[in-house]
Amino acid sequence: MDPKTYKFDTISLHGGYMPSKNAGSRQVPIYQTTSYLFDDVDHAAALFNLEQGGHIYSRISNPTVQVLEERVAALEGGTAALATASGMSAIFLAIMTLCNTGDHVVVSSQLYGGTVNLFRLTLPKFGIKATFVKPRDTEGFKKAIQENTKCIFGELVGNPGNELMNMPEIVKIANEAGIPVIIDSTYQTPYLFKPLEHGADIVVHSLTKWMAGHGSSMAGILVEGGKFDWLKTDKFPTMTEPYEGYHGLSFAEEFGPVAFTMKARAEGMRDMGPCLSPQNAWNVLQGIETLSVRMEKHCSNALKMVEYLSNHKSVAWVSHASLKDNPDYELAKTLLPKGTGSMIAFGIKGGKEAGAAFIDNVKLASHLANVGDTRTLVIHPASATHSQMDEATLKLANMSHDMIRLSVGIEDIDDIINDFEDGFRAAEKPRLVANK
Amino acid sequence: MKFTVNKKEVFASTGGRPFDKKKPLIIFIHGSGLSHITWVLQTRYFAFHGYSVLAIDLPGHGYSEGPALESIEEQGKWIADVIDSVGVKEASLVGHSQGCLVVMECASQFPDKIRSIGLMGGAGAIPMNPELLELAEKGDPKAVDLMMDWAHGPAGHFGGHPVPGLHHINLGGSIVINGSVKNALGVDFRACDNYKNGFEAAKKIKCPAINILGDRDRMCPVKEGKKLADNIKDSEVEVIENCGHMILLEEAGKSLAILKKFIRNNHPAE
Ligand SMILES: Cc1ncc(COP(=O)(O)O)c(C=O)c1O
Repeated sequence: MDPKTYKFDTISLHGGYMPSKNAGSRQVPIYQTTSYLFDDVDHAAALFNLEQGGHIYSRISNPTVQVLEERVAALEGGTAALATASGMSAIFLAIMTLCNTGDHVVVSSQLYGGTVNLFRLTLPKFGIKATFVKPRDTEGFKKAIQENTKCIFGELVGNPGNELMNMPEIVKIANEAGIPVIIDSTYQTPYLFKPLEHGADIVVHSLTKWMAGHGSSMAGILVEGGKFDWLKTDKFPTMTEPYEGYHGLSFAEEFGPVAFTMKARAEGMRDMGPCLSPQNAWNVLQGIETLSVRMEKHCSNALKMVEYLSNHKSVAWVSHASLKDNPDYELAKTLLPKGTGSMIAFGIKGGKEAGAAFIDNVKLASHLANVGDTRTLVIHPASATHSQMDEATLKLANMSHDMIRLSVGIEDIDDIINDFEDGFRAAEKPRLVANK
Repeated sequence: MKFTVNKKEVFASTGGRPFDKKKPLIIFIHGSGLSHITWVLQTRYFAFHGYSVLAIDLPGHGYSEGPALESIEEQGKWIADVIDSVGVKEASLVGHSQGCLVVMECASQFPDKIRSIGLMGGAGAIPMNPELLELAEKGDPKAVDLMMDWAHGPAGHFGGHPVPGLHHINLGGSIVINGSVKNALGVDFRACDNYKNGFEAAKKIKCPAINILGDRDRMCPVKEGKKLADNIKDSEVEVIENCGHMILLEEAGKSLAILKKFIRNNHPAE
């Protein structure tokens, strides 16, 4: 006897949506509206006071966006989700929902650059401080926890160094300290990894990346695990104490396993307002329909690229957790059995000049700042995103002048390799190219 | 709100308003393995419209001290103790699933204390599937997955929660998992399976009753719900279309509207 609830690939296509409630429309309709009619005065009051569910205004919720939220919640195994205008706003909302001024967070030092800036520069303006810990330094996470620490935040596979956090161990540390773990799972998608199943409490995504795949739309989401007991201590007044904004509502008491999402929406969306447009929600839904098939191809292409690069005479080193000599190889095998993702970092012989020449001479691979597109993307951080950094700062960020960051797409692998051959050929004689 | 019943600590949600014993009281009683959380889309409305509300966590559930009570008869008696403990003479009771059995026991044992009863997915008996019962008693989380599968109608399986962003099956499942599969769900399932007094209790009920049913409910099919209502003298039945057993959440708005009308008629607030 087994439950007949729908499985991953079916949820990717159907989750969160019932045609019978939408004029029989097979595709999810785009509810391009700002606001929704109330039945009567009583109904309006009940909606505003969270006595009843429903839509009021599209900054707070929207039926198309709701489909995306339920679908991603289902794929991640979460109790609830809140979609946002971008990945950054999802991260910001998560922290602002949890923390007050004077609070502290422990974060992995290998994060997307925008997230590093948020924790390093922006959140301190609100009196929220962060301690950065290297992803492999599990003990360091424990040592960094203070009396006022409200969460641990990290990406399972750090960017751009591809170092893994030992999530099971870090979850134990967080449990002992009675604080939640927030994981940015953008690089994995629930196809490769479901952080909630491994003890995380909140998952955030930049849906802009692999989840959507097409690189057409900005979007983010936060997903709640529903297992964290906010009421166990008095550490989380933002979740447990009567909230003036809703007649003294205690989100944790009334909403239990969905308290975090309810609060993030009721307060965060109401006051900060980074809402996702229904058009972009719809665009992302189109991508999610094919999540499994795309991720499978991303991962198989990535493995072929790892092999190709590892054997190439112009390549100094390759970093990908699928490689046996990678320090995270064993951990990746247990946590990421379906694949370690499609982000590869490699060093090109000839340093910065060779890196620049390579980038300038590939034609199929797109030179841009995004990752997780269905198309292959490359960037040479030392001459682009990190060009202002000196040698020492690059080292601290675990980066080098010869590093190329590759986001492997789902094109035919032969075409990607042929393109790279052109790049390497040019890189071997960078001066010739420069003089041309 | 926390208070004491039979020397044990009990938690009840008051629907976001302070408890006030001068207002008419409605007690909400959750289903097997669940907690007060399931009632959030009914309780806040009543609490803000002239009623005092107690969505209780049964002993050993949610934030109430254990152990769980092992029979429906004891649970029915315990609800009467709750009414006494908060210093009130009478209450209306609203139950879901197993909570309906508890409501009927209480109303039949203590007719003077109960003004009206609302049932959601109420049957006269809840015989358990033996395999499911065994899984729950062993504390196997698979019991929760099976229960959530059967309990939900189309909205649970596809989507469309009344509260944007919430996921029916995962939310329901996490309420049970956050409690104890073995010591709450397992004990509840056994209590349901053992309980044989439903129709006798129904016949003794003197107050007005309503049974709100879902036409896609696989745990309490409409036929069973009607059979129960036929045994209660002053009773009515409402059937909600396309709705499974989690009526209070799947069709929160419709079930609230029905309940509002019923309680206002039979137990009016000033
Ligand atoms: C891991 C990770 N998290 C968050 C973000 C930010 O997301 P967005 O660009 O959608 O705001 C990115 C963007 O590159 C990312 O790679």
